[in-house]
Amino acid sequence: MRWEKDPILHVEHLKMRFGGLVAVNDLSFKVGRGDITALIGPNGAGKTTVFNCITGFYKPSEGMLTLRHKAGDRAGSDDGSFLLERLPGHRISQDARVARTFQNIRLFSGMTVLENLLVAQHNTLMQASGFTIAGLFGLPSFRAAEREAVDKARHWLEKINLIERADDPAGDLPYGDQRRLEIARAMCTDPVLLCLDEPAAGLNPRESQELNNLLLSVRNDHNTAVLLIEHDMSVVMQISDHVIVLDYGTKIADGTPEEIRNDQRVIAAYLGVDDDEVEEVEAEVRA
Amino acid sequence: MTSIPTFPARPAGTNQPAPPPLLLHALRESALAALVMLGLSIPILLFRTDQSAGQQLMLTPRIGLVATMCAIIFAVRFVVCLYVARRQSQRAARQAAGVSAPQSKLAHYVVSVGVPLFLGIAVTYPLISSMLAGGLNGARYWIDLGILILTYVMLGWGLNIVVGLAGLLDLGYVAFYAVGAYTYALLSTTYGLSFWICLPLAGVLAAFWGILLGFPVLRLRGDYLAIVTLAFGEIIRLVLINWVELTNGGAGISSIPRATFFGVPFERGENGFAAMFGLQFSAMHRIVFLYYLILVLALITNAVTMRLRRLPVGRAWEALREDEIACRSLGINTRNTKLTAFSIGAGFGGLAGAFFAVRQGFVSPESFNFLESAIILSVVVLGGMGSQFGVAIAAVVMVGGPEMLRHLAFTKAIFGPEFDPNEYRLLIFGLAMVVMMVWRPRGLISHRNPSIALKERKAISGSLVKEGHG
Ligand SMILES: Nc1ncnc2c1ncn2[C@@H]1O[C@H](COP(=O)(O)OP(=O)(O)OP(=O)(O)O)[C@@H](O)[C@H]1O
Ligand SMILES: [Mg+2]
Repeated sequence: MRWEKDPILHVEHLKMRFGGLVAVNDLSFKVGRGDITALIGPNGAGKTTVFNCITGFYKPSEGMLTLRHKAGDRAGSDDGSFLLERLPGHRISQDARVARTFQNIRLFSGMTVLENLLVAQHNTLMQASGFTIAGLFGLPSFRAAEREAVDKARHWLEKINLIERADDPAGDLPYGDQRRLEIARAMCTDPVLLCLDEPAAGLNPRESQELNNLLLSVRNDHNTAVLLIEHDMSVVMQISDHVIVLDYGTKIADGTPEEIRNDQRVIAAYLGVDDDEVEEVEAEVRA
Repeated sequence: MTSIPTFPARPAGTNQPAPPPLLLHALRESALAALVMLGLSIPILLFRTDQSAGQQLMLTPRIGLVATMCAIIFAVRFVVCLYVARRQSQRAARQAAGVSAPQSKLAHYVVSVGVPLFLGIAVTYPLISSMLAGGLNGARYWIDLGILILTYVMLGWGLNIVVGLAGLLDLGYVAFYAVGAYTYALLSTTYGLSFWICLPLAGVLAAFWGILLGFPVLRLRGDYLAIVTLAFGEIIRLVLINWVELTNGGAGISSIPRATFFGVPFERGENGFAAMFGLQFSAMHRIVFLYYLILVLALITNAVTMRLRRLPVGRAWEALREDEIACRSLGINTRNTKLTAFSIGAGFGGLAGAFFAVRQGFVSPESFNFLESAIILSVVVLGGMGSQFGVAIAAVVMVGGPEMLRHLAFTKAIFGPEFDPNEYRLLIFGLAMVVMMVWRPRGLISHRNPSIALKERKAISGSLVKEGHG
């Protein structure tokens, strides 16, 4: 298994408590470098909570989240590993290079599509603008950096077929385009790990297919590992290399799509069982 | 949300449904409003307290006045009701026809014609006003008014960085205005430093205070931020009142050195400005100079803001206003970004404060009360948050408007000879706010100009732009 040999993210004994509610309980898994990993589970299983822990929006109650850059990658610490639960929020994107999208789309709706992609390159541009001083006087080095940033944005807009709408406000785009734009925006931060929270939600089959291609290209052409939460099984089974199944905050299965497809507990938990069978299945899960 | 009742929108396409309900509805609404007015009048308007001959308090009923007011309210509400209904049906028809509102185009047009016009008037204003008033000396009042308006334009533009771009509601902006004013007042009276050295110092010091206050405050959001900034504004004022050794307390600091023409004083005699340029001495030279000074300061504020908007920081401010959580996920240090907005805005407030001190020659804590913050904030809100031109118009209207009223003879004809519209400034303020919130809830100019474009720059409708919540 690739994720066992060369994990980019290692989650160990993650626990997240909200008051009395334990949303994630003693969860451990690995995300392989260069894999598309799917995190699935019924509603309320704790998937988004795991994402929020990885990307620093929640501080986990317990557990350790280690992100390892490849040797030779631009690395923040000596051995290229980051303890995500200790980094302040914005550093997770800036240094550890983990990018994410949100279950309910969070674009800058009053800014244009192009501006959205430039905001994503804030840290690079900020440095190029000499923390504003050089930019204020319009030094050539800053202009060059800005041109480069626009080129990168253009590259992504072409990739997601939105180049024609670059100057329109992001809030005016149809739903499917907004989803793709949010992915492009996350990719503009040059991540090593891209976390997508239900990217196919609300897409029609054609858009869903486009999304699959986009994600495959992210993995193959940009060497970015993808961790995605998804309810749409056609997406999960088609493109993922590794599937992790959560139920009530605990992991109930972990393996290749084929293994998951045939796992009895997953079928019981995920697809739902008749009410009278629930207890039976629960007992089985705990056993 | 406005309190305008939503009308049962007539489905577009179905022709001519029965019209009476609309009229009936408007009548009912107006009657209701008049009734509320009547209720309010009883404690406020109905009785005037007079002193009778025997030094006793006497209540004079004013039934006629109450009746007039109720009638006015009835009429206004009626017209508003009909107007709103018509607008809504128009909009529905437009939507049905698939045509988007032509508003942004119109707004664009207003801006492209208005900005050069406005700038032209601002630059030639002393000339125009002295020509109209027949001589420079006669124009003193008008140029003073121009200076006042431009001060508010500058303050509005400074605050616009914080409120309009970064979406941080700052109710204590006047604190930085005060810091700037006292910086110049103290440095010039105790160390004899010249205005031209103190001006940048005032800006830097105010910006520094912005950072200092911002650090603890900016982790709060929304209402909490507003309340805490309000409190900070008051704290600074109270410190100015109570630290008597430094600030001379409520008595203020007087005899602050006047502005010089880059070192050349405006005075009679050999070394004065008039002699140096071979002009006849006039006290107005200094006033005109002050006018151009504040004009330049305001334009610098504007130029810097426009430039910053196109830089990564400016874009990050606006992104922060749009969605703070998304910003964090993109690796933007939200605290530092907010701090830069807060301190740069404060810096411009400080510059304006130093100007205020040099113009008045006197500062006291009185000038920096909460009302001042409220006026600056309303200039920004009325102008349209984030819109430079809108803020300038709003400053002219809000500051110049009451002054104009003073000169309109007919107000005296209506309300009696002792009527001074300036006393009703706050009332007018409130009214203007209410009308604006109903008519254009996002300010005079609500559309947003993108900071960069690939092909064509299109104005973004205000309804998509968020106002920020922290
Ligand atoms: N900030 C919070 N405070 C309290 N409880 C929370 C919080 N966030 C999540 N929860 C709870 O944690 C549990 C897991 O929620 P989570 O959003 O992670 O589920 P999910 O797997 O993403 O579900 P869905 O498929 O519906 O998105 C839920 O019971 C939820 O109510
Ligand atoms: Mg979720």
